[in-house]
Amino acid sequence: MRIGVITYPGTLDDRDAERAIRLAGGTPVPLWHADDDLKKVDAVVLPGGFSYGDYLRCGAIAAKAPATKEVIKKAQQGLPVLGICNGFQVLVESHLLPGGLIRNEHQHFICRDQKLKVENNQTAWTNLFEKDEEITIPLKNGEGGYIATQDTLKMLEEENRVVFRYLEINPNGSMNDIAGLTNERGNVVGLMPHPEHAVEPGFGPDTPVATRSGIDGLKFFQSALKALVNS
Amino acid sequence: MLKKKKSPSGVDTVENAQQEPDKEQPWKELGLKEDEYQSIREILGRRPTSSELAMYSVMWSEHCSYKSSKIYLRQFGEKVTDEMKKHLMVGMGENAGVVDIGEGLAVTFKVESHNHPSYIEPFQGAATGVGGIVRDILSMGARPVAVMDQLRFGAPQDPDTARVVHGVVDGISFYGNCLGLPNIGGETVFDKVYQGNPLVNALSIGSLKHEDLKLAKATNAGDLVILFGARTGADGIGGVSVLASETFGDEGPTKRPAVQVGDPFAEKVLIECCLELFQAGVVAGIQDLGGAGISCATSELASNGNMGMRVQLKSVLLRDESLTPEEILMSESQERMCAIVPKKHLKDFEKIVNKWEVEYSVLGEVINEDRLYIDWGHEEIVNVPPRTVAHDGPVYDRPVEYPKYQDALNADSSSKLKRAENSTEIATQLMELISSPNHADKSWITAQYDKYVMGNTALAMPDDGGMIRISEETGLGVALATDANGKYCYLDPYEGARQALAEAYRNVAVTGAVPRAVTNCLNFGSPENPEVMWQFKQATAGLADGCQELGIPVTGGNVSFYNQTGDTAIYPTPVVGVLGVIDDVARRIPSGWQDDGNNIYLLGTTYDELDGSAWAKDLHDHLGGRPPKVDLKKEKELADLLHGAAMQGLIEAAHDISEGGLGIAILEASLRFNVGARLWLTELMERDNLDLTAAMFSESQARVIVSVGREDDVKFQALCEARGVPVLRIGVTDKENQAVDIQGVAKLELEGIRGAWVGVLAGLY
Repeated sequence: MRIGVITYPGTLDDRDAERAIRLAGGTPVPLWHADDDLKKVDAVVLPGGFSYGDYLRCGAIAAKAPATKEVIKKAQQGLPVLGICNGFQVLVESHLLPGGLIRNEHQHFICRDQKLKVENNQTAWTNLFEKDEEITIPLKNGEGGYIATQDTLKMLEEENRVVFRYLEINPNGSMNDIAGLTNERGNVVGLMPHPEHAVEPGFGPDTPVATRSGIDGLKFFQSALKALVNS
Repeated sequence: MLKKKKSPSGVDTVENAQQEPDKEQPWKELGLKEDEYQSIREILGRRPTSSELAMYSVMWSEHCSYKSSKIYLRQFGEKVTDEMKKHLMVGMGENAGVVDIGEGLAVTFKVESHNHPSYIEPFQGAATGVGGIVRDILSMGARPVAVMDQLRFGAPQDPDTARVVHGVVDGISFYGNCLGLPNIGGETVFDKVYQGNPLVNALSIGSLKHEDLKLAKATNAGDLVILFGARTGADGIGGVSVLASETFGDEGPTKRPAVQVGDPFAEKVLIECCLELFQAGVVAGIQDLGGAGISCATSELASNGNMGMRVQLKSVLLRDESLTPEEILMSESQERMCAIVPKKHLKDFEKIVNKWEVEYSVLGEVINEDRLYIDWGHEEIVNVPPRTVAHDGPVYDRPVEYPKYQDALNADSSSKLKRAENSTEIATQLMELISSPNHADKSWITAQYDKYVMGNTALAMPDDGGMIRISEETGLGVALATDANGKYCYLDPYEGARQALAEAYRNVAVTGAVPRAVTNCLNFGSPENPEVMWQFKQATAGLADGCQELGIPVTGGNVSFYNQTGDTAIYPTPVVGVLGVIDDVARRIPSGWQDDGNNIYLLGTTYDELDGSAWAKDLHDHLGGRPPKVDLKKEKELADLLHGAAMQGLIEAAHDISEGGLGIAILEASLRFNVGARLWLTELMERDNLDLTAAMFSESQARVIVSVGREDDVKFQALCEARGVPVLRIGVTDKENQAVDIQGVAKLELEGIRGAWVGVLAGLY
């Protein structure tokens, strides 16, 4: 299974996303922002970073890149797409997901091991999780505060489109503790925390068993591979 | 007789300089001394043009020329054995040292100061400090893989400290995070001595294959000199504004910001672009632009390669068209690189920079002549031997004087301080220390830094050293730790510098890595003060001797002088960074225990050494006496033991004992994973002849606490005995009881300790 990873100028976690795909058993395919050829990939990851420096609204320029335009088109046809952090911001700016992401409530960048609750395990990227499963993956962002109108929030809750919610600590002031969302169809998922940083023992978050041994992020990528096999 | 000709553009040309030899020049305002100005005139056989004067003034500044420190820094290159050089691929003098780590891989690392800009404008000062050191690493042909920072702030409660702390931390966070480099550790110290002179040192490390090594050299005539990256603007011009206003009338903006402004996005793109250029083999030499900008890059590239250069300054892409040639030569605009590119590779070079949308311009070419010619249009404004600008600057043997206060300071021992009379008092003191800003949780700072990006971070704060995997195939990695105890160095700069080395060395050893090389950032007061110069002389000797004793070479570093306000200098603060190598990062050792029922051992001997300690300074506001003794032979034995034990997988956790002594070390090792311990100190007090205060708070060196699984006890103790390292069981880890229970002192609940420890910095800032 070939999963594409887009690199924009200023993207930082592209190599990490590629490693995660490899460890999950897939084949990572590097994609370039200026190229509208998605190289016939079966799914796409929009990785974290600061695309174009994020000097405008985060993700706003990346949402207009040739590769992104192609992703939007294909996502509407059902291509599994995962947006992580800056990738989530790109998905929101592309209107594949509703709402917006603003400066963290406390005004600081924050990097921490974040506990999440899996609210929806019916998406292309979460089908291997149990519903209500508690997982820990790293979070690192400066502009991760999720906002939406009351109507949108109501719709998201009613349609079960909140995929992840922050547990114990809401690290950035997100409304309804929202950490991640999906679209109506369940093929597009965006979240602020970073599953690709919790895929390899020794380099993930600390766990009660051993230092830096958390690999809860691996299931994201394995879920996508499973969804692709089944489709 | 020649006719006097006015330059058509109004710039001061070489021809002008010949025709008007007696023109007054603002050498003094540019920071040059009269004899320095005279020697420039001697070198050139005429007065310098204003552009030449600009170049010499920045390149002969203390910052660029190391004129006051050079005679002392030499010993880092002299006090080395062949054995020490075994792994050294590039030593001092280049942008950064390069160390062979095996498997055909190498790392390059260096620490640099950005102290003065960070006080004036903390955010940009700290941000561009990170940017500058990362470009140094990049220019060696390496991919930067991590950063660390060493910070010293003023008194925690001083209102100005908050301004500096917020700016500096935000600046490092902004720049480092946006570059995508994990921040894996560092130091934060508060002391009123740094009030007007905070220290912001930044370290970066990069990895490369042996064959990818690049040097800042222009060696082939005809190769092109290409400036690429950000455009050149008016930032970072200090002295030149004086020059501009005094010599060139009112044209153009006169007030220039002296602190550079950073754009981490531009630098991130520049990194990826450079790495692709290196990969394609189109670059013959490369130099980053930092201090002294184009003046430095052109003269150093030419001088290093024993060649010359002809440069057209009008080809420089500008952000501000009104810049004068002198300003362009001195601008310290960030995110720029200068490459030497063979003509046949120009097309490939252009293709790659265009892909990354990085702007570039060809400035000129390398010539086989000992001359650096710089033209402004059709007029020649610089005509100098490059070596005289880059390398043959003045060298000073400044007066050195044993400080008048030194004897009284050393006589003022902490032995007169009243010691605790009972265990309750000791427990109170311990809690007071753990909640003081210097020992409290630093996560308010470190949580603002990305430690995960790149996916190779094996250890980061709060562990004792940072560790990065270099090879994903084999797990080969490196560990890094930096240390400096300004208080010890104030009491005894020679011993203090050796202690900084010993502690950084130990902090690498506790991670399971083998120490291999050293970098340093020497932060001192004014070199024009003979007492400061004495401190510098002592500290450099201590560090060089220490490195020789430990058998690890200094690979490079940086000197920051003039860290003083009025007559008051900072404590001498020689930050020492030690790099270690580990075959497989999977064998790394964290700084806290996690399993239940493991034995806790104290390695090393404790002496009654409280002078200069946290106990004396933070609890009694006393600083005097003699710092703890350093025994590098013991440090080496301890490091060998830790490595041996790590190789056999005998150690669960290892934590260095330093400031705050055993008491603080125990609390930190328990807080790491929130797993408590039961401890007893009577045997220690008996064996080492100590009272409870010394047992808890002494800062004797060459000591570490480790936790070892019961099944490995016999093996571990045998290993200690075989290597002659004193070992004593002082406790067991205890997962059930959420407490640190020190028999005869107190049972401290983990929740209570954590409550006192976290939130201290957040409360202040």
